[in-house]
Amino acid sequence: MTVTADRGAAAIDVQQLHKYFGDNEVLKGIDFHIGRGEVVCVIGPSGSGKSTLLRCVNLLEQPTSGTILVEGDEITDPDADVDALRARIGMVFQQFNLFPHMTVLRNLTVAQEKVLKRGRAEATQVARANLEKVGLSDKADAYPAHLSGGQQQRVAIARALSMNPDMMLFDEPTSALDPELVGDVLAVMKDLASEGMTMMVVTHEMGFAREVADKVVFMDGGVIVEEGLPADVLGNPQHERTQAFLSRVL
Amino acid sequence: MTGTAVVPKKRMSPRKRAALVRYVQYALLVLLVVVLALIADWGEIRRAFLDLDIAGAQFPDVIVIALKNTIIYTACGFAFGLALGLVLALMRLSSVGPYRWISTGIIELFRGLPALVVFLVLGLGLSLAFGTQLSNLTTVTLALGLVGGAYMAETIRAGIQAVPKGQYEAARTLGMTHSRAMITIVLPQAFRVILPPLTNELILLTKDSSLVYILGLSLDEYELTAFGRENMNANANLTPMVTIALCYLLITVPLSIVVRRLEAKSGKAR
Repeated sequence: MTVTADRGAAAIDVQQLHKYFGDNEVLKGIDFHIGRGEVVCVIGPSGSGKSTLLRCVNLLEQPTSGTILVEGDEITDPDADVDALRARIGMVFQQFNLFPHMTVLRNLTVAQEKVLKRGRAEATQVARANLEKVGLSDKADAYPAHLSGGQQQRVAIARALSMNPDMMLFDEPTSALDPELVGDVLAVMKDLASEGMTMMVVTHEMGFAREVADKVVFMDGGVIVEEGLPADVLGNPQHERTQAFLSRVL
Repeated sequence: MTGTAVVPKKRMSPRKRAALVRYVQYALLVLLVVVLALIADWGEIRRAFLDLDIAGAQFPDVIVIALKNTIIYTACGFAFGLALGLVLALMRLSSVGPYRWISTGIIELFRGLPALVVFLVLGLGLSLAFGTQLSNLTTVTLALGLVGGAYMAETIRAGIQAVPKGQYEAARTLGMTHSRAMITIVLPQAFRVILPPLTNELILLTKDSSLVYILGLSLDEYELTAFGRENMNANANLTPMVTIALCYLLITVPLSIVVRRLEAKSGKAR
């Protein structure tokens, strides 16, 4: 487990996190740690609490109890400036959630201008660089409805990157995509990982987890059942619930 | 019956029967029109409704005073109503209990009252209660705004709720505050959805603006209906009513066309 000495290097540090929806305890005391520059994939059956855990990290869900530190700042502190913290944490959703009434370029610049107070020229420059990065420079003036799912998700990644976040959260980024479009999105994510971006990825893509992740976390029933190197968790699972899950998905 | 039942008897097919019924309906309609035209007293109708001398005498006042005032009253009432409706809708969706209760109370009150009652209470009651005399324009703005705002609040609330929750969440994860996310991301999308019903509300308010007559108007405050009534009585003739009816249509028909265009457009975008 985490020791105090390397806390400073922790990008995300979750301690004793509990989350209830009504009487339903979705997270039952999670301890979870991501170091700077690490890529952590969270896997598990649906309803295991993995998306809720991810959404707690930027307070889209309010934890019932427990502590969450992001880059050493306690975001669960009632006095924390949550908006400023969220601007440092990029998030990519399963359903993309691009703003349909704005062009692709505007999707990438609006928060830079309104939140980071960048000028139009600088924001546009950052946006174009990130569109280039995800291979969609030619779509700057298109509206989201005219893009494929895979293109929309890459725009969503570029939008998050345009805020120059310290880390990125991915909530099943490929689950809503047609199978032939998954590869493009995963390729962008691999590039990001190789550049040293801290990433927390809730996913069903075991191939991606095996290839890219520094650590794989298996969750079931609101607890972390098993975590470790991808080769260990995916290749040689110790816990029978992990074995049962992997035998169904692999 | 045996297997021959599949073969139809010598009767009309359903389609032919439907066509016949339709022809009978057309024939009845034509007959009705002809009968009415025959028994009507055309000379009297022309005298009572279409007296061109009387119609001509109403210009330009019917345009530069009455139509202008109708538009001013409606625009002021609609502007105030839209602002009020937006505030009430946001309060209704608030997580703060008292906001929700207050806005629900206001919405139920002014949706439940006849507009005429609101005009009377504001026009007469306010001056009695507070000893201040509101101008007629202020009263009509308040009255139309309160009635229209109560309806628009529900429309706007529905529009906001029609925007997927993920839009708001995405805005918040980019660091936007609640207000910023609502103004920049949620409301523009909501208003796209509700533009047609809001335009309908504008048409309704145009007609409700006629209720201002209850306040007692000076000549230069006359709007279309008051102007029409006055001239109808002065001339003992219905022609002024036909004139103002055409003026109302001059406002509402273009608005209806706009609504249909918008509906067709938003239907296509989906």
